[in-house]
Amino acid sequence: HKITSSCKHEATLSSTNQKAACSRSPGTMPGPYRETDLTEKVEAFLSDLKRGGSGTGPLRGSAETARETTALLRRITAQVRWSSAGDLMEVIRKEGRRMSAAQPSETTVGNMIRRVLKIIREEYARSRGSSEEADQQESLHKLLTSGGLSEENFRQYFTALKANVIEAINELLTELEGTTDNIAMQALEHIHSNEVIMTIGRSRTVEAFLKDAARKRKFHVIVAECAPFCQGHEMATSLSKDGIETTVITDAAIFAVMSRVNKVIIGTQTVLANGGLRAVNGTHTLALAAKHHSTPLIVCAPMFKLSPQFPNEEDTFHKFVSPHEVLPFTEGEILSKVNVHCPVFDYVPPELITLFISNIGGHAPSYIYRLMSELYHPEDHEL
Amino acid sequence: TACCFFSYYFKEPSFISYVIEGKELTKEEKQRLRKEKKQQKKGKEKKDASLPQVSVAETAAPASQLKAERRARQEAERTSKQSKKGDTGQPATTIVKRLPEHIQVDDPDVLKKLAKKLERQQIPRRLDYGYKVSLFSHLLQYSRKAPLTQQLSIPSAVIHPAIVRLGLQYSQGIVAGSNARSIALLHAFKQVISDYTTPSNEELSRDLVNKLKPYISFLNQCRPLSASMGNAIKYIKKEISNIPSQFKEDDAKKKLLNCIECFIEEKIVLAAKAIAKSSIEKINDGDVILVYGCSSLVNHILCEAFEKGRKFRVIVVDSRPRLEGREALRRLVQKGISCTYVLISAVSYILPEVSKVFLGAHALLANGYVMSRVGTSQIALVAKAFNVPVLVCCETYKFCERVQTDSFVSNELDDPDDLIVTRKGETQLKDWQQVPRLGLLNLVYDVTPPDFVDLVITDLGMIPCTSVPVVLRVKNVDLL
Repeated sequence: HKITSSCKHEATLSSTNQKAACSRSPGTMPGPYRETDLTEKVEAFLSDLKRGGSGTGPLRGSAETARETTALLRRITAQVRWSSAGDLMEVIRKEGRRMSAAQPSETTVGNMIRRVLKIIREEYARSRGSSEEADQQESLHKLLTSGGLSEENFRQYFTALKANVIEAINELLTELEGTTDNIAMQALEHIHSNEVIMTIGRSRTVEAFLKDAARKRKFHVIVAECAPFCQGHEMATSLSKDGIETTVITDAAIFAVMSRVNKVIIGTQTVLANGGLRAVNGTHTLALAAKHHSTPLIVCAPMFKLSPQFPNEEDTFHKFVSPHEVLPFTEGEILSKVNVHCPVFDYVPPELITLFISNIGGHAPSYIYRLMSELYHPEDHEL
Repeated sequence: TACCFFSYYFKEPSFISYVIEGKELTKEEKQRLRKEKKQQKKGKEKKDASLPQVSVAETAAPASQLKAERRARQEAERTSKQSKKGDTGQPATTIVKRLPEHIQVDDPDVLKKLAKKLERQQIPRRLDYGYKVSLFSHLLQYSRKAPLTQQLSIPSAVIHPAIVRLGLQYSQGIVAGSNARSIALLHAFKQVISDYTTPSNEELSRDLVNKLKPYISFLNQCRPLSASMGNAIKYIKKEISNIPSQFKEDDAKKKLLNCIECFIEEKIVLAAKAIAKSSIEKINDGDVILVYGCSSLVNHILCEAFEKGRKFRVIVVDSRPRLEGREALRRLVQKGISCTYVLISAVSYILPEVSKVFLGAHALLANGYVMSRVGTSQIALVAKAFNVPVLVCCETYKFCERVQTDSFVSNELDDPDDLIVTRKGETQLKDWQQVPRLGLLNLVYDVTPPDFVDLVITDLGMIPCTSVPVVLRVKNVDLL
């Protein structure tokens, strides 16, 4: 089958400008080049992910990573030869494994891949005509009555499948573009006047959240600087330029000032399957201090950060960066005799969290497992 | 005595010294002279027109009677006050406990009084620096770049050079740490005392105390006094006022120097040895011990335990902006102890490996709260969450009678410019003073609630946190 691409080929291949806007452009590139063009794009994306792994945070925010991953998956769907849904899922899984291996800590990549796989399954099921509910989960009743696992090999071919899948991925992209705004719109429901709000490090979601509330209400923000990378400084300058009364404190003073704080609002890198967080280091201390003073801890996390991982997978949970940030090489002789650790992430258990605010509304941590079952298919948890 | 009355009415103290020069004054006469001077001052302030400006000869006899009565009355009041151990304030006024000025910076009356007092003692006043966070507007915030000594003329006529040097060392952070500051203070006082000569009509026990007051104000302006320094000063003042009047000057000075040596030896050096001895029982082989910042006492304990042959390793936790942990790291590594180093934000990562936490203290408050370097309460909190025992090591001379429940009411604000850091060539907060709503907060101390602390190791033994007022009471009984 001739692959009718609905995507425009980018003239520039600079990785920072990967805007995958799609429109038909006949005759720009001959057929055999399309596949290598795709692999080039994938390679560029992979090397970007690998490079962005220093502790200061990725070169771009998680939202951008999610958008780029999804755009890349759409391109793969459009350009690679596949005949049935099973083939497509295999291709996407293979590419997805490569992408998540490039930067294991960037879980948004894996999450988007799982979302797309779920989309493919749904579209396939819809094309087959069976109701979506029937094939959803393997309930115990079904297992007993049907006598064995249902054989679903996705081998049937449907002409409209590709168009449907691409349309669904476009919807996903639209959803991704609006996440930060959706979260920021809920700000006024949670922040009232004259509050003292505490946050740690730098989260673009929380920044947008607080700036939106500051348009109508006056409150005070305390930012913990989060050594050794001190992303808190950037957050504080950005917030104070918008007219919010901001104070920068050191990490050591978190418990000392917590008695005066009304709410703690933080962002996170990942939301885990049990409702816990993988957030920047220092967040666990912040959560414990908030619990001690019975201060509510609110996490602003869009849905694409929800990951089916559990925290007990020890070897993949923590990420370390160069200890030069903690003890610089100028310290001389003692360097060779000392172990220095510089972990990037912290685990926060779900008991310390009061509320999750996501683009589809607010949830308690105990509800996260249900959201996950709606977003991802259980067979895709392991890519 | 006739000459004394002469001078009283002419209000010329120099006249007194001229007239009575060469005579050995008895104690009584000295007291009377002092009282007269006080009366003069009181007369000037109250504009008491009832003081008869009569010629001396006529009123000599009845004046002496009045004087005797007045003297007797004052003696009676003084003895009654001594028995109550009250302050030497104005007679017949109730003793009101004054709040220290350094936590009332937002009250303009207090500031005015402080300014007047400093002017009287001829000590320059240090000014606040930078934008202060509104929650802490009642505290002082100084800049390290503007030490007090820039406003003094050197050599200063009012302040002893050893004290000037000490004040500079405090304000620049060269001498830091509660024990170090106290020992430096006591050494400076020893220098002051050995250079001191009693003026001819004064008593050493009173005059020396008055001489020390402006020095203490100066040091307070350079950097607010710590609780341990406060206790040391109280001890010295008590020793000075207990010097019997018949001591000759050299003997008195020798005695005072001896007292100071004793204090340092007993309360600091021997106490450290005693604490080390009890702590070594708590350190087992294979322990992983977490320490925070640089506490001289905790470092001493660990070095002693290592010398005694205990096998353990140490995790040093450090925090910006002071980064004192690096100093502790150097000392421990020099001894050969295997160490790990992390920043305080990584403490939740490293705590599952830890078996004990040893913390130092700046002061122990009477309600059981531990006042220590900022970050200590956080470490105790996380250790409690992971069920790791927390031991605080503190000498008894740091126990203080204040009470406090949070870190806001009484604290120290350090230079806010310390928070500025340049990473990868970018300094985010470089112009923080220009940004109107941005504040930087650099706290120095915080208080740890007693439920986070499992044990306090002192030179009197191992006590729970809540037994601090018992120890204070026992100490006060001893001193009486």
